[in-house]
Amino acid sequence: MAESSVAEVKAALAEVGYLADEPAALVSYLAQELGKPVLVEGPAGVGKTELAKALSRATGRELVRLQCYEGLDEAKAMYEWNYRKQLLRIQAGGEGGWDDVQEDIFSNEFLLTRPLMQAIASPEPVVLLIDEIDKTDQEFEAMLLELLSDFQITIPELGQVSATTMPIVVLTSNDSRELTEALKRRCLYLWLDYPGAEREMEIVRLHVPDLSESVARQLVEVIEMVRALDLKKPPSIAESIDWARTLLLMGAEDIDRETFVQSMSIIVKHRTDIDLVAERVGMKLAERSPTG
Amino acid sequence: MSPAPASPYGPKADAGPPGLAAKLLGFCEELRSEGVAVGTSEILDAFAALEMVDWTAREDFREALAATIAKSQEDRRVFELLFERFFFRAAEAEAVQREITERGEGGGEGDNAGEGSERLDMDELREQIRDAIEAGDEDRLRDLARLAIAAFGQAEGSGVVGVDVQRIRRTLGLTAGAQPPTEQGGDRPPIDRDQLNKFERHLRRELERDLIERTETLPPSRPLAELDRALPTNPTQDLAAVHRAVSQMKRRLATLGHEQRGHRKASMVDVRRTMRASLETGGVPLRLKYKPKRPRRPEIYVLCDVSTSVTSASVFFLSVLHALHDSFRKLRSFVFIERISEVTDVFEHERDFAVVAQRISSEGGVADVSGYTDYGRVWQEFLTEISDELDPRSTVIVLGDARTNGREPHAEIFAQVAERAGRLFWLNPEPKLYWNYGDSVMAAYERYCDGTFECWTTRHLENFVNVVAGGVPAAE
Repeated sequence: MAESSVAEVKAALAEVGYLADEPAALVSYLAQELGKPVLVEGPAGVGKTELAKALSRATGRELVRLQCYEGLDEAKAMYEWNYRKQLLRIQAGGEGGWDDVQEDIFSNEFLLTRPLMQAIASPEPVVLLIDEIDKTDQEFEAMLLELLSDFQITIPELGQVSATTMPIVVLTSNDSRELTEALKRRCLYLWLDYPGAEREMEIVRLHVPDLSESVARQLVEVIEMVRALDLKKPPSIAESIDWARTLLLMGAEDIDRETFVQSMSIIVKHRTDIDLVAERVGMKLAERSPTG
Repeated sequence: MSPAPASPYGPKADAGPPGLAAKLLGFCEELRSEGVAVGTSEILDAFAALEMVDWTAREDFREALAATIAKSQEDRRVFELLFERFFFRAAEAEAVQREITERGEGGGEGDNAGEGSERLDMDELREQIRDAIEAGDEDRLRDLARLAIAAFGQAEGSGVVGVDVQRIRRTLGLTAGAQPPTEQGGDRPPIDRDQLNKFERHLRRELERDLIERTETLPPSRPLAELDRALPTNPTQDLAAVHRAVSQMKRRLATLGHEQRGHRKASMVDVRRTMRASLETGGVPLRLKYKPKRPRRPEIYVLCDVSTSVTSASVFFLSVLHALHDSFRKLRSFVFIERISEVTDVFEHERDFAVVAQRISSEGGVADVSGYTDYGRVWQEFLTEISDELDPRSTVIVLGDARTNGREPHAEIFAQVAERAGRLFWLNPEPKLYWNYGDSVMAAYERYCDGTFECWTTRHLENFVNVVAGGVPAAE
């Protein structure tokens, strides 16, 4: 890896199919150079998770992913003692006394590693993705603090496990809950938003190179219009790529009203949204291409 | 910068010799005075990050600072505003100190031909500005802004920067939207508001620079207007903050006052359990068993003013209501203008805030004939509708500005509501300064309330929660 400038990070990300804007590239670069975790916030579907995946591809590191949800706890995120194996060991007895057994059952052999421990203990440097951190409760955040600032985990029976290699840590949040100051203080902050028309155009062209430029431009314009509406779920970048693929399959040469209505369900996925979009955007399309 | 020495971060450190480090510390100090929590670790990170990027690249420099210092969108907004201002002022202060000016010796005040040798005519200038806006050429825009100011002339300037900016723009005939075709008859793409704002920003900056050069002093830097950044213009953004404050409130309302009640009231003897326990003592009920005291759920009634006088605040209030509904089961909410209308159902069946707001405005059913609040009538209706259910464990929260539009406030009916309800709080979206001015009759209601609060930011809301939690005794 060892990218030495922002531009190189950007180029490396582009090579693996992620077009980062200036701030995203800069923060990714800083994260590697400073060894600090990155907190990425933004609306759903702007490529927060994708950024972490792209980083892993660009740096050739393995991606360790921890998907957060309500009620996620230590045992599922960090480590757990392999209780059954411990029981077996005790039952198997052996010539040693209690001290021996006790020392034995709390050793690495009986430890089940979960994503966080896995990332720390890995001999190879990894990219650790902690996805949707805002879904967990504050207690879980507090538990992460040691990991984020010192890259170590303390196991009462074993002692500290420190990272031998510096992982790149990416946390994502949909901003559904304010994260604690303590967590934010330990992270670099990156706000990702929907891309501008130009960048989205590049993204679509990169992923669906066969789509003609004029259709791609129209597609981006329509997506922008749809996002400007007050929808339950505005279309994400992944969905605009899906739509581009669909249009390609349909062999559309122009996005007119009919094509739009047929393929709309790819980008709009709520019944009420569909009505709204058909009414507001569909109408405009008809005016624009009377031949279609 | 912040004149208050009582900063939570302790007295300001001696910045040492001038240079970038001192400037950055000054910048952080200013951010703190605007309420951005910049800790020492953030500053250290910022310095570490700056070692990694090229300082001459303005964008990189700013992004690196922002990534390490501004840790939320809210903070980022303040950061952007201050960044522009701070470094502009820093450069200007340096220029004043070293007596460097950009205008030539000959270009004094009242001299219209300040820049070029001949005075540019307005049409020519307008075309050039349109070209530059279209091309997005920042440097060119800046030069053109200077030209425009020179062409406009000092003589006509009002001295107030904001006024002059608009005056120059109008004289140039620049508007957002569709543009007239070029002289050659070619079409021009429309200019949108953002692009025009960019040009206006250049104008403003150049005018300020002029002013600084003429007076050779910097105007005092003002704190950002609280309203500018605090009132949630985008409700979904601040929704999280409101929800946080409300969930705090929930815990506190739920636990408040239980002890008092428990000690005051005699407990009921639980006959069944007493008999059961008497078996141990051979059927003699030696020990009395009491019925357990169940914690009672707070019952909350919220009355929310949605009239025109509180338009700006009503989005905020609705988001408070929305958050309340998330936290409390037993909550009934009402909106009112001239009359009252219950909207509990709307909130219970719809989770999306935008939809809620829209449905309330469309089908709230508030008899909105004049758009003026009639508080007297509202109390009357509230009392008749709810009177049976109001009891000392209910809490009533009123969100409104107490502006009666000259109508009878009927404080005596309000007093009845207050008497029946356990607690009554009033949140007013106006600063305390404006209470009781004009048609505001806050004083008439205030004495019946258990607490009145100004509330137009989430910070105020948190304050309200804290005061409530501080155990303001319920006046029963």
